[in-house]
Amino acid sequence: MVETMVKAPVEVGFIDEVCFIPGGEAIRSCIQCGVCTGSCPTASKWDYPPRQVIAMVRAGLRDELLSSNSMWFCASCYTCTVRCPRDIKPTDIMHALEIIAIRDGLSTKRSRTPVMYQCFVDSVKGNGRVYELGMMLKLFLKTNPFTALKMAPVGLGLLLHRRLPLRPSRIKGMGELKAILDKARALGGTK
Amino acid sequence: MKYYSYYPGCAVEATASALGLSVPQVAKELDIDLIELEDWNCCGSSPYGSVDKLEATCMAARNLALAEKTGLDLVTPCSSCYITLNGADARLKEFPRFREQVNEALAAGNLDYHGGVRVRHIAEVLYSDITPDVIGAKVTKSLKGLKVAPYYGCQLVRPGFGFDDPESPHSLDELVASLEADVVSWPLKTRCCGGSLIMSEEDLALELSNKLLHSVQENGAQCIVTDCPLCQINLDAYQSRVNSKFKTHYHFPVLFLTQLIGVALGIAPSALGLQRNIVSPMRVLASYL
Repeated sequence: MVETMVKAPVEVGFIDEVCFIPGGEAIRSCIQCGVCTGSCPTASKWDYPPRQVIAMVRAGLRDELLSSNSMWFCASCYTCTVRCPRDIKPTDIMHALEIIAIRDGLSTKRSRTPVMYQCFVDSVKGNGRVYELGMMLKLFLKTNPFTALKMAPVGLGLLLHRRLPLRPSRIKGMGELKAILDKARALGGTK
Repeated sequence: MKYYSYYPGCAVEATASALGLSVPQVAKELDIDLIELEDWNCCGSSPYGSVDKLEATCMAARNLALAEKTGLDLVTPCSSCYITLNGADARLKEFPRFREQVNEALAAGNLDYHGGVRVRHIAEVLYSDITPDVIGAKVTKSLKGLKVAPYYGCQLVRPGFGFDDPESPHSLDELVASLEADVVSWPLKTRCCGGSLIMSEEDLALELSNKLLHSVQENGAQCIVTDCPLCQINLDAYQSRVNSKFKTHYHFPVLFLTQLIGVALGIAPSALGLQRNIVSPMRVLASYL
C-alpha cells in the first residue's frame, strides 16, 4: 500500500505529459481491448505493440517506452484511430510520444525514423517547403551513407522522370515564417 | 464555373509532378477554377507534428490564415496535406489555449487565424461537387475494358474529415466507373503502403507494398489508381525494389486519379505527365490514347 502511494506521482506525471499534448488527452479512457494492436499493419515490428504502449504510459514506464522503437514504426494510417471503441486516437498518442522522446533525447537508435523526421523539419525550416532530394541526401549522410548506393536506382529513376528537381523551391515570405516559428519556440507550448 | 483556392503541396512540385500537371488540366475541362494560394508553405506534415506540435500547427495555420482571406474552399490534391491542414484546423477549434498560442505566433508574421476556411481534397471536389455523372457525360474516350484497382490508401479517408467511409469507401470506385472502366474490387484498397517510412524503414514499407501489389495481381487488375503522392511513389518508384526483394514480377502502372480521368477526357498524355510514371502506363493505355 505504502509502495503504491510512493509510486503514484511518477505514474500521474507521465500520463499528464501525454495528455498535455493535443491529441493525447483521451488516453485515460482506454479499456485495453487490443483493437489497436489487432488493426495495426506494422505492430509485429514494435518493441511494445500499441495496446501495450498505452498500458505503459499509464503505468509510468517512461524511459523504457520512450527509448523503444515502438512509436517510430507508426505509419500514421489511422486504422486504430477509426476502430477504437473509446475514441482514444492512438495515432495521435504515438505522435505525442515521439515529441516527448525527441525533446528528452531518448529516441531509439534502432529506427531511422527520428532522424528522418528531423531532416524533414530542417528542410522545411530552411525553405518553407520540403526539398525532397536534399532531405534524402541528408538522411543518408546522417544514418548510413552506403544505403545511398542501394537507393541510387530509385533516385535516378525519379530524376530521369523529372520527379526530383535539383533545386529547392523557396517561399517569398521566409522572413515572416521564421518570425512565426521563432515566436512559437519562445512560447514553448506543447514542446 | 466553380472557384476554389488551390494548395498544391510540396510533393506536387517534385515526386508527384504528374499530379501537378494533371490536376489543372482536368480542372479546366470540368469548369473548375483552381486559384493557387499565394506563397503557400509546407503544411506541417506528420513528420513535423511528431517533432513539435506547436510549430507544425503554426505551419498549417499560416496557410489557413492566407486561405481565409480568399473566402474560398481550400483544395489540395495531396492526401497528407489534406489531413494535416484539416487536423490542425480541428485542433485549433478544439483547444482554445492552443489556438491563442498559435495566433500569438502568427501575429509575428502579421497573420491571424479565425477558423473560417474549409479544407477539401480534390477527390472530394470531383466526387461531391462535380459528381461522377457529370464527369461521365464529358468522357470522350471510354475506358471500357480497362481493369482498374482503385487504391484509397489511408489519409484520404482516415481519420476522416467528412468525406467517404474510413474503411469501406466508394468514391474512387464510382469516379473510375464513370469513365466506363472496369472497377476491380480488392480487399486491401484502404490498407497502408508504409507511407513515409519508406525512407527510414524500407524493409517494412516494401513488405506492406508487396501485400498490396500481390492483392492487385490476384484480383486481375491491369493498373492501380490512387489519389495520394506517397502511395503513388511507394507503389510506382519502389515497385522494382519490391520485385527484387520478394522475387516477384509485378508490372503495374500506378496512375493518379486525375491522370486516368484526363485520358478519358481526351487530354494529351504529355499534358497529364504520363511519361513521368516509372512503371510506364503506355502499353496498358495504348488503345485509349
